[in-house]
Amino acid sequence: MALRALVGVKRVIDYAVKIRVKPDKTGVVTDGVKHSMNPFCEIAVEEAVRLKEKKIVSEIIVVSCGPQQCQETIRTALAMGADRGIHVDVSGKDYESLGPFQVSKILAALAKKENVNLVLLGKQAIDDDCNQTGQMTAAVLDWPQGTFASEVKVEGEKLKVVREIDGGLETISIKLPAVVTADLRLNEPRYATLPNIMKAKKKKIETVKPEDLGITLTSRVQILSVEEPPQRQAGLKVETTEDLVTKLKEVGRI
Amino acid sequence: MALLLSKTIIDTLRSQRGLLLALRPQWRCMGSEVPVDDIVNGLSDEQKQLRETMYKFCQENLAPKAQQIDLDNDFKDMKAFWKKLGDLGVLGITAPVEYGGSDMGYLDHILVMEELSRASAAVALSYGAHSNLCINQLVRNGNEAQKKKYLPKLISGKNIGALAMSESNSGSDVVSMRLKAEKIGDHYVLNGNKFWITNGPDADVLIVYAKTNPNANPASHGITAFIVEKGTPGFSTAQKLDKLGMRGSNTSELVFENCRIPEENVLGQLGRGVYVLMSGLDLERLVLAGGPLGIMQAVIDHAFPYLHDREAFGQKIGYFQLMQGKMADMYTRLVACRQYVYNVAKACDQGHINSKDCAGVILYTAECATQVALDGIQCLGGNGYINDYPLGRFLRDAKLYEIGAGTSEVRRVVIGRSFNALYK
Repeated sequence: MALRALVGVKRVIDYAVKIRVKPDKTGVVTDGVKHSMNPFCEIAVEEAVRLKEKKIVSEIIVVSCGPQQCQETIRTALAMGADRGIHVDVSGKDYESLGPFQVSKILAALAKKENVNLVLLGKQAIDDDCNQTGQMTAAVLDWPQGTFASEVKVEGEKLKVVREIDGGLETISIKLPAVVTADLRLNEPRYATLPNIMKAKKKKIETVKPEDLGITLTSRVQILSVEEPPQRQAGLKVETTEDLVTKLKEVGRI
Repeated sequence: MALLLSKTIIDTLRSQRGLLLALRPQWRCMGSEVPVDDIVNGLSDEQKQLRETMYKFCQENLAPKAQQIDLDNDFKDMKAFWKKLGDLGVLGITAPVEYGGSDMGYLDHILVMEELSRASAAVALSYGAHSNLCINQLVRNGNEAQKKKYLPKLISGKNIGALAMSESNSGSDVVSMRLKAEKIGDHYVLNGNKFWITNGPDADVLIVYAKTNPNANPASHGITAFIVEKGTPGFSTAQKLDKLGMRGSNTSELVFENCRIPEENVLGQLGRGVYVLMSGLDLERLVLAGGPLGIMQAVIDHAFPYLHDREAFGQKIGYFQLMQGKMADMYTRLVACRQYVYNVAKACDQGHINSKDCAGVILYTAECATQVALDGIQCLGGNGYINDYPLGRFLRDAKLYEIGAGTSEVRRVVIGRSFNALYK
């Protein structure tokens, strides 16, 4: 059975950029800041492309929710080997409050509309670190989920997923259709080659509005304040174990 | 254990951004970079993506090795790296698809040259010699059989290419070359030497200019281009040169002693080598101008973050007006160069090749790169002068571009003469 895969790709502030908080504490500075595809989404795209190369997946559809610039992120995925893109146009206030709750509803609607049987996502995005979209999408669709995947294998109508958990690795078997979220060690994403960048130019990106999918984007989360993490305090050297114990008692840690 | 971990460390690990940087240390050298505004640069979406890919690839695979390559004057992984460049489709970037090329333009070629130079100018120079001097000359002048025989392996990265023009007594005055090619039967017998040949020690395929008619009048009509393969009896390379900069881009002397080259290896027409040479030189100068651009970008990538880290008299030194002035001067030099290079490249991609401007871009960018590298060293002060920091390497590498592919003096002559011709 050839699978059809839907892969979510989020446009985030590049992993290497130093994050600055806006002076009014409503969020972080995004203007003029380098953006790229969330690294875990890249891993999800790579996995889909590898499955396609093994002829397990027949079509890869990538989707990104956000402003016009998300099309660049979609293009990157197309250059890596995805077949076509869907840009869910969300901008302005709606984009500012866009979170896993809304995105999972969009992904679920698209998964049904496009009749896919595998949704591949990054385990979380490096901007808000929510780690919820995959799980919520599975819930909305009422599909099984294999999260934090470090290995994915299709076995007939089932998926074997090796999951990275706190104590080590957990292997589960889930029925298709399913939602899988990629962890760091699932694979190493490829670089888009020049011929593939040019081929991607001819691939289609369809733009849809959330309302076309029957989704309203009301948010139930209100951001009160965004602040810089505290500066790391200078350390302190102690001579003996006794000194250490005394100091730890002084600061109330033991 | 957990108690001993400070809260901040735990916070860092909880954020995936911090975790990624901890787990993929090669990413650490990225990120402090000064952004390149490709909207201002007028690039197409595909060109922006090409830069993005090349930036990432070079910073992850090449930048971490650049200091060592310079120190050792040797790039041990060159063969493997060339295969990777071949897989990315950038070796035969201007070659037709039927030979494995990517069929792209000179602006695309420059973007690749620039991003490679940003990581290691030396390796980028070898790339320039391979992809432009050798491959592009074969594309422009080779016959069908020659293209079929040589291009696929050069484009995939299996073979390394070079081009040999200069001799120890014949650099800018190239027509005075002495390497002799005598016709004997269906072969040419080459005798003589070439000097300062980039990729000389590594090359599998070399384009070599030699004199087939020492009595031709004018002398330039006696030069012919040949394709020489490594391992041809009578052909050898002498010692690898110990250079000031571009270390790791291997340069050597080529020695020809009764080296027999079959007739079918004549590239272009007999006695017309100088046309092959001169027309190729325009595009060589243009593509190599990506080198100084990449070096300037590397300088500011390193200098500007430093100015916002180093403190003196109670503040970051980047907030002193003298340093603000330096940043402004270095940056505007770079972006002015970039616009000139990209625009001339766009013109060449439309078939309009102007010798004056091809000489102009490399004349101007090369001298700016040396100046910007000097400024970069000044920004870092004492640290700029020690080899723990790469600023000295940038300066030594930059200087090459005032000498290679025709010296600044020759470039000025080319430009000056074009104006003389207007008022004849």
